Amino acid sequence: MRIALFITCLTDTLFPDTGKAITSLLERLGHEVVFPAGQACCGQMHFNSGYRRETVPMVRGFARTFGGFDAIVTPSASCAAMVREYHPAVAAEAGDAGLAREAAEIAPRVHEVSGLLVNVLGMVDVGAYFPYRVAYHPSCHSLRLLRVGDAPLRLLRAVRGLDLVDLPGAEQCCGFGGTFAIKNAGTSAAMCADKVAAVRGSGAQVLCSSDNSCLMNIGGTLTRQRADVTVRHLAEILASAP
Amino acid sequence: MSMPTYLGLPAFPEAAATALGNDQLRRNLAHATTTIRIKRAAAVAELADWQQLRAAGKAIKDHTLAHLDTYLARLEERVTDAGGHVHWARDAAEANGIVAALVRAAGADSVVKVKSMTTQETGLNEALAAEHITALETDLAELIVQLGHDQPSHILVPAIHRNRTEIRDIFLAEMADVPSGLTDAPAELAAAARVHLRRAFLSAKVGVSGANFAIADTGTLVVVESEGNGRMCLTLPETLISVVGIEKVLPSWRDLEVFLALLPRSSTAERMNPYTSTWTGVRPGDGPRDFHLVLLDNGRTDALADTIGRQALRCIRCSACLNVCPVYERVGGHAYGSPYPGPIGAIITPQLRGVTSPIDASLPYASTLCGACYEVCPVAINIPEALVHLRGEVVDAQRSSPLHAERIVMGLAAWVLRSGRRLGLAQRAASASRVLVGRSGRIRRLPPPLSAWTKTRDAPAPPPESFRAWWARTHGGTQ
Repeated sequence: MRIALFITCLTDTLFPDTGKAITSLLERLGHEVVFPAGQACCGQMHFNSGYRRETVPMVRGFARTFGGFDAIVTPSASCAAMVREYHPAVAAEAGDAGLAREAAEIAPRVHEVSGLLVNVLGMVDVGAYFPYRVAYHPSCHSLRLLRVGDAPLRLLRAVRGLDLVDLPGAEQCCGFGGTFAIKNAGTSAAMCADKVAAVRGSGAQVLCSSDNSCLMNIGGTLTRQRADVTVRHLAEILASAP
Repeated sequence: MSMPTYLGLPAFPEAAATALGNDQLRRNLAHATTTIRIKRAAAVAELADWQQLRAAGKAIKDHTLAHLDTYLARLEERVTDAGGHVHWARDAAEANGIVAALVRAAGADSVVKVKSMTTQETGLNEALAAEHITALETDLAELIVQLGHDQPSHILVPAIHRNRTEIRDIFLAEMADVPSGLTDAPAELAAAARVHLRRAFLSAKVGVSGANFAIADTGTLVVVESEGNGRMCLTLPETLISVVGIEKVLPSWRDLEVFLALLPRSSTAERMNPYTSTWTGVRPGDGPRDFHLVLLDNGRTDALADTIGRQALRCIRCSACLNVCPVYERVGGHAYGSPYPGPIGAIITPQLRGVTSPIDASLPYASTLCGACYEVCPVAINIPEALVHLRGEVVDAQRSSPLHAERIVMGLAAWVLRSGRRLGLAQRAASASRVLVGRSGRIRRLPPPLSAWTKTRDAPAPPPESFRAWWARTHGGTQ
């Protein structure tokens, strides 16, 4: 299958290893990965912060870049949710009916990693090997907007050598929330402190998620506390081979 | 449209900082919300058709709101037919004025009150005090708040921020007829309050209530509660005054059935609340001789005109969204600067009061948009959607000021982030700056406003090359 990679501005800029992992994983599974170079940001930060007008060109850019692809994969459940749930509405509110139609057509073709693997490609065992104790943090948007359910956990359980440990309060938000982490820094830090305490108490060596934004928040707190836990995007674990 | 007792409050982040620094408060809140959250989930799981009930609740409220004029006129007619009097109040001041005049006309200088969010919203107690009328809160938790010269911090459990030792201390300091040697045993505290309130019930001439629902077909008002103190206020005084928001109307008793299933399970995690009182006008020899219904707008018709914001008017004040909210759990109710705290408060308050004051403009941002509130809402209010919509209102209101720092930064960011080429250039600059970071790959300190991030967390250093640069190098440029 020919799959377009929507890398997202955050992962592109700060976490290129996740993009490399998606590429090698999908190529290993026999798929062709393409990277449309014109791509930029999905507009989530602006949309969620109230800058509706500024979001419209980003929605238009996304449609122009990805309109021709049958399958689009992204390392961010949150950005996938932005495209699927809100791009058509942003275009409609801006009075651009053509763009709204286009955005609605693209929306169902955008998948985060676990949704693509389990629901589109029908795979659970991707041949990965990762001999560590791992806890999984289900990001709020993967859970409540994309509703990926247990797809990430099924993928992780099929990884050889991996010991999946329970994360208490897993469904509680880590406190990132985009600009929330800056605007309401104290509350955000209090939420993250509780998440990090749960991670450290779980006995995991590695914390995994489907969103690098959550991992940047939790991971940044873990390193500040000099905790002996590292963070890995789901795709990076699935790409690890013996 | 004012909530007089909350004016001049600081914006949410500053108010939250006070609460976050109070360890006792955070422990009280975490314990209480975790307990009720688990109980609610169990109570809801008992019903196989919960999602259908939820859809029905939403549909009934949407239908009623779309035909509010019809149902309100019918309610007025039926209440009047049943011997009650209906008053219309445009805002809080009008409602409070009507109540004060009615109390005086009844020859009273005090009232007993049923727990009521609407009269918290209008600041009725303070308005009555200015007219030398004493209002006694009879809901146990509201009484604790009143005696403590405090503000409620939860819709259902107004004193959730207090533990029993604090309550004992408030009773000892403020309750005139408190038994000496009172301990903090819950049964003793309840007994002390019962004695204190019983005298007031028996001597009260006027009772003041809100209502959970108003049935248009029959002109019936409904109050659901747990203690029975509400029923005392609704039945013992000669005069009963009910202040009710116009969105509380339901077409018929059949509609009420849906909400009496949704509300108790969502709020107290009970199959049925202990006391459900209903009354229709007046009846000789039974209950109040004089009944007044004050129907309050106070910003509700403005909210109704907003196609996304209006869903907040479906709210039945169950507080399930407060109990699951990770922000509320950590900062409590006071930081929201309104009787309506938590996620629902963050979308109701800015609609009732507008987004001009610092507190009201900050409320839509008091959320990570995690979506837990929407999931539990018994009338399916999409709170994250409404929050984002209201953030748009806040930003649009700021567009008239030319030198708004955040807007300049966001405008510049949008210019970079909408172009793959410009984003690539910015990434090259970021990668070049990594020499400043040192070898750890982590940034321990950033300048404001990003210092808010690095106060408690490290930030990742930009990698030597972005993904886009790696792809161009290894996969031969563009596709």
